[in-house]
Amino acid sequence: MFKQIGAVTMMNLRSIPQRAGLSIATIISIALVTGVLLGFLAMSNGFRATLQGTGSESVAVMLRGGSQAELNSGLSSDDVRLIEDAAPGIARDAGGRPLVSGELYVIVDGIKRSSQTEANLPLRGVGERALDVREGFRIVEGRMFEPGTNELVVGAAVLREFQGFDLGETIRLGTNEWVVVGIFSTGGSVFESEIWADLAVIQNLYNRGTGVQSIRARLTSPGALEDLQAWEEDEPRLNLDIENETEFFADQAGGTAVLIEYIGWPLAIIMAIGALAGAWNTMYSSVDTRMREIATLRAIGFSGFAASVGTMVESLVLAAIGGLVGAVAVYLLFNGVSASTLGSGFTQVVFSFAVTGGSIVAGMVMAVVIGFFGGLVPAIRSAYVPLLTVHRSE
Amino acid sequence: MEPVASLYELKDLSKSYTRGKESIAIFEHLTMSIPQGDFIAIMGPSGSGKTTLLNLLGGIDRPSSGAVECEGVRVDKLSEGKLAKWRSENVGFIFQFYNLMPTLTAAQNVELPLLLTKLSGKQRKERVKTALDIVGLADRAGHRPRQLSGGQQQRVAIARAIVADPKVLLCDEPTGDLDRASADEILETLQLLNKDLGKTIVMVTHDPSAAKYAQRELHLDKGRFVEKELNPEPAQ
Repeated sequence: MFKQIGAVTMMNLRSIPQRAGLSIATIISIALVTGVLLGFLAMSNGFRATLQGTGSESVAVMLRGGSQAELNSGLSSDDVRLIEDAAPGIARDAGGRPLVSGELYVIVDGIKRSSQTEANLPLRGVGERALDVREGFRIVEGRMFEPGTNELVVGAAVLREFQGFDLGETIRLGTNEWVVVGIFSTGGSVFESEIWADLAVIQNLYNRGTGVQSIRARLTSPGALEDLQAWEEDEPRLNLDIENETEFFADQAGGTAVLIEYIGWPLAIIMAIGALAGAWNTMYSSVDTRMREIATLRAIGFSGFAASVGTMVESLVLAAIGGLVGAVAVYLLFNGVSASTLGSGFTQVVFSFAVTGGSIVAGMVMAVVIGFFGGLVPAIRSAYVPLLTVHRSE
Repeated sequence: MEPVASLYELKDLSKSYTRGKESIAIFEHLTMSIPQGDFIAIMGPSGSGKTTLLNLLGGIDRPSSGAVECEGVRVDKLSEGKLAKWRSENVGFIFQFYNLMPTLTAAQNVELPLLLTKLSGKQRKERVKTALDIVGLADRAGHRPRQLSGGQQQRVAIARAIVADPKVLLCDEPTGDLDRASADEILETLQLLNKDLGKTIVMVTHDPSAAKYAQRELHLDKGRFVEKELNPEPAQ
């Protein structure tokens, strides 16, 4: 049986050039489906990787209870002070001062280089402790801003995606003018999508009094989070949601990444239905043009099953080629390409498309599924080609 | 003189097709015997049932009633799977339009029936070479059908038909698509296969001069054999 299947399959595959037009159309349509799916998955993966790569288990993030994101959180300077003075599990520096950073988070407009359109950018007001509660922060160009001035430092991703943030430039954000004095990197994490300036200046310019929106604290150990949470629950003056940074960003990433996938998959599936019709048409044509050959083989003694498997393999091979073309194209065109989208904080998160092995497998599976269903009916049909077709002239 | 064993027995054979509500009889109550080693030319006008008869002999169609027996096996009663196996072991087909696989070489085309046997690759190669030698095309083994003339393609088809050593060769207008010289070559080859290798051959043809190569001519009209003719000295 395997010899029969092998022979029929070989004949089918060798005859593909005779149907080059239809075969190429099928390959292209399946490549497009795979490409669209992989594009969305690459976006989702990249976004998720950027946010998830940001967190540290040794840093606690505190927001007002129920606020879910920094943007709609609000905390007082008393809250910050109480945590600095009384909270357990907080790491301290050599001088015994707690590593706690109260931060403000406001939205400003930036102009995207790619589209020349305005998009929201996060302007973070930070104090002197901000660097103590972050991993991998380094100034790659220029210097850190001076406290109390209108200086700011911008993340490397902001510089890449938005115009007007080159080192030394003066930029107007809202009604205020700022001078870019430094470019920073945090190793590709989400903080690179932010602009940082002095907390007190931001509080003043944006009329926030002494309030902050989030508090970050370095923990003595990851396990200290539970002590901190237990203490906060028993502390009537506080109403906080406390997570470690890893969990915080995983939650932040989840919504947008899932949304991207929710758009990507249905779109790919709708396109897949179109591609399936194309594959079906191609395979029908394949069987039609080989009716006499198939009937001849069956007259010689080949089984209908072998004819059917041969047709199915042809369909799967075309689909796999399409899937591979789509995957390679998306990898070459998009992998590592920087883009930005709206994050859960209603600000732009800059991320890199990430075409992962898992998403390539998903794309190939989809391609093969299209090939299978596109080839199914033609394959069944080829098993039942009337033997009397042997007498047909072509 | 010893009686020649019968290869086929057709008993009370009828075949009709249904077109809409109408039933069209091709032939009715046909009875005949085909001895082993015979070379029969079946002639008759279009629609007389020649090819249908060939299809029934080859097990690629089933009668409406009656029996097709080949060496005691009721061919018409075999299941599809058993019928395919029976065909592969007993019948070699030669068609008017050669029916070669265009993407395969001559040798690969000839090898096809052997893929249904348990022969090893080496044995298959030897058999293919022998079959191509018999039809005089050993030097064209690597050529694809489009690189061969019509006569050569039909000879490849003959090699494919004989390579598994079937008992009977069923030929449907084997020279219908060929010029006279190529046709004569094909008919001589068939005659050789009949005389030297003892193959039973049933050939459907419109061409009286082709029929002269057979030992017997049967004329079929409106589902009945109207004339049986012996060729005491078949054409050479």
